[in-house]
Amino acid sequence: MLELIVMSTLNGVLYGMLLFLMASGLTVIFSMLGVLNFAHASFYMLGAFFGFQISRWFGFWPALVIAPLLAGAIGAAVERYGLRRVHKNGHVAELLFTFGLAFAIEEVVQIIWGKSPVDFRIPPVLDFPAFTIFSTNYPAYKMFMLLVSIVIFAALLITLKKTRIGLIVQAALTHPHMVGHLGHNVGRIFMLVFGVGTALAAVAGVIAGPALVTQANMAGLLGPILFVVVVVGGLGSLPGAFVASLLIGLVQTFAVSMNGSLSGAFGPLSPDYAATWLADIWNVTIAQIAPIMPYVLLVLILIFRPMGLLGTRET
Amino acid sequence: MRKTLAKILATTALALSVLGVTAAPSMAQETVKIAYIDPLSGGGASIGEIGLKTFQFLAEELNAKGGILGKKVEIVAFDNKTNPQESLIQAQKAIDQGIRILTQGNGSSVAGALTDFVTKYNERNPGKEVLYFNYAAVDPVLTNEKCSFWHFRWDANSDIKMEALTNYMKTTPAIKNVYLINQDYSFGQSVRTTAKAMLGAKRPDIKIVGDELHPLLKITDFAPYIAKIKASGADTVVTGNWGQDFALLLKASADAGLKVNWYTYYAGGTGGPTAIKQANLNHQVFQVVEGIANLDNKPSQEFEKALRAKYDFSLFYPRAVNQMRMLAAAADKAKSIDPVKVALALEGMEFDVFSGGKGNMRKDDHQFFQPIYIASLGERTAKEPFDEEKTGWGWKLIAKIETAQTMLPTTCKMERPK
Repeated sequence: MLELIVMSTLNGVLYGMLLFLMASGLTVIFSMLGVLNFAHASFYMLGAFFGFQISRWFGFWPALVIAPLLAGAIGAAVERYGLRRVHKNGHVAELLFTFGLAFAIEEVVQIIWGKSPVDFRIPPVLDFPAFTIFSTNYPAYKMFMLLVSIVIFAALLITLKKTRIGLIVQAALTHPHMVGHLGHNVGRIFMLVFGVGTALAAVAGVIAGPALVTQANMAGLLGPILFVVVVVGGLGSLPGAFVASLLIGLVQTFAVSMNGSLSGAFGPLSPDYAATWLADIWNVTIAQIAPIMPYVLLVLILIFRPMGLLGTRET
Repeated sequence: MRKTLAKILATTALALSVLGVTAAPSMAQETVKIAYIDPLSGGGASIGEIGLKTFQFLAEELNAKGGILGKKVEIVAFDNKTNPQESLIQAQKAIDQGIRILTQGNGSSVAGALTDFVTKYNERNPGKEVLYFNYAAVDPVLTNEKCSFWHFRWDANSDIKMEALTNYMKTTPAIKNVYLINQDYSFGQSVRTTAKAMLGAKRPDIKIVGDELHPLLKITDFAPYIAKIKASGADTVVTGNWGQDFALLLKASADAGLKVNWYTYYAGGTGGPTAIKQANLNHQVFQVVEGIANLDNKPSQEFEKALRAKYDFSLFYPRAVNQMRMLAAAADKAKSIDPVKVALALEGMEFDVFSGGKGNMRKDDHQFFQPIYIASLGERTAKEPFDEEKTGWGWKLIAKIETAQTMLPTTCKMERPK
């Protein structure tokens, strides 16, 4: 039992940190531009595919640096030449723009790399068990993923809280017009934030690519969960995104490891109902509903605390 | 505005359907087209693409011998994304192109929808019937409660496979704690219930320590599930997982260093052998199949060589070979490629199966019966010339179940065309 708890915690924290890498960019972009970037998960996918291609050519380590830079550059260009123009036509247009962009990116990736998964391997240096607890190995690569996410989280926090640029970004989050009147180039800050946000998603893509599966539908698998993280954490709140990411990571992982069902708690149904639709609900285990847990959380949060766990505003 | 749009849509739909009808006969005369409706994108793509190449290879084999009744055979691919609704759209598209034979294998959920669709379509369109050849969807209901005259299955159904697996497990006293992990849909659920029932009957001393269902082709990291298997103290895992759900499951178990014996349906699929080697499970992963590369059977070994010379994968679908060759044989026998005549010719047909031995297409339920093998993957001896996925490890024959012993009864009440 203890073994299961420890392993689930490790797995859950890892998944949570991965979510955070993506959600951090999304939430900051949202609070600044007021636009929910539907294409955010697509940059995660771009990161994974760029990482795959570059690691083919130059090795994994250059890929870890170059792929996010590339994706970030594309992200910045999207903001500068796409979003900013569309912005004139209001939020709905922006929303539709990012929505379309997500499909466009997926199609382009399918054209270039095909529809089936690509063979993105863990670098041999990291392909060994890091440690063994309760006779279960924990792969070194997963520790590496954890480490990268924590380093980035720390760097992000320091940049936002302790540097001048972070100060301006924070100010622009809430009072963009004031920041503009003070003589800062708000447009450039927006572009920078968009670029960095998408680059962060791409980092997540590069490190998750070899451990999970690098394929054209990976954005679709993670995208919806990202929105859950952002809403649960509170729109625009970085600490909120952090807490929500970990929460969702742990909830999902622990739900998988639990076997409880209604029939386990209250005993099997009486034979009268055994063959009815009730039996299905009665016998479903928590593990089976694990994938929908984040969405249940989303609904509950929207009902009872619409501003999110650590959010400050209503929308 | 809305009205005119609807009108335009209606007229185009009408125009298209007219086109489809008139175009059909002219196309059908030159070639025998077979619609391959399987995943070519998403989680099932890795396995769907291999199936497509296998069928194309088999079509070329038939064409080299003059095709079917002198007509060229062509495989037309349709991507169904492992989705039942999408499959019906693709099936309709195929039929609109004048294709009269559909084939599909990945996912019994898809197969269930397709067999209903084809049955209804044929009721409404007498004279333009369509056949559905199922090469891999093994949910037993397809040849029992939901059986259809238009559906033919070349793979042994799940119950037959489980019967064979449990007969072997019965003779292995080391098995004490069994963990079941399966995909959460009709096939996975059928594996889990038959596994429980058959193990309970044959080895009541075995304890089922876990019974897991997970979403189909959506999980990218099985680590949480592996942690659970580990904690349960299982020594054996039984799984019907296929495609990426099997490869990733084994990959996660390799990462965690889980050492158990695996009894599987589809360990031979893409990525499976690589993950097994990575986990260093030497002859600890068993699969129940209708043929392996290392069978002592000259024709199938020759075929394997030719296939591997052309593509970089091994034959995962010996059943597809039987299916295509039997289609040709049935057309020869009926002297026609008319679907109804081909179907009648296939019923009860005796056939020398690809892997050796006799097989027959049972008339009562359109289930093909053939010898079934249990094999394990690991280091090879001189008797095993082929390895898998360049791992150096190959499939070793463990047990053979003759055709007669695989004939389970059916509840099918077939409705035949009058």
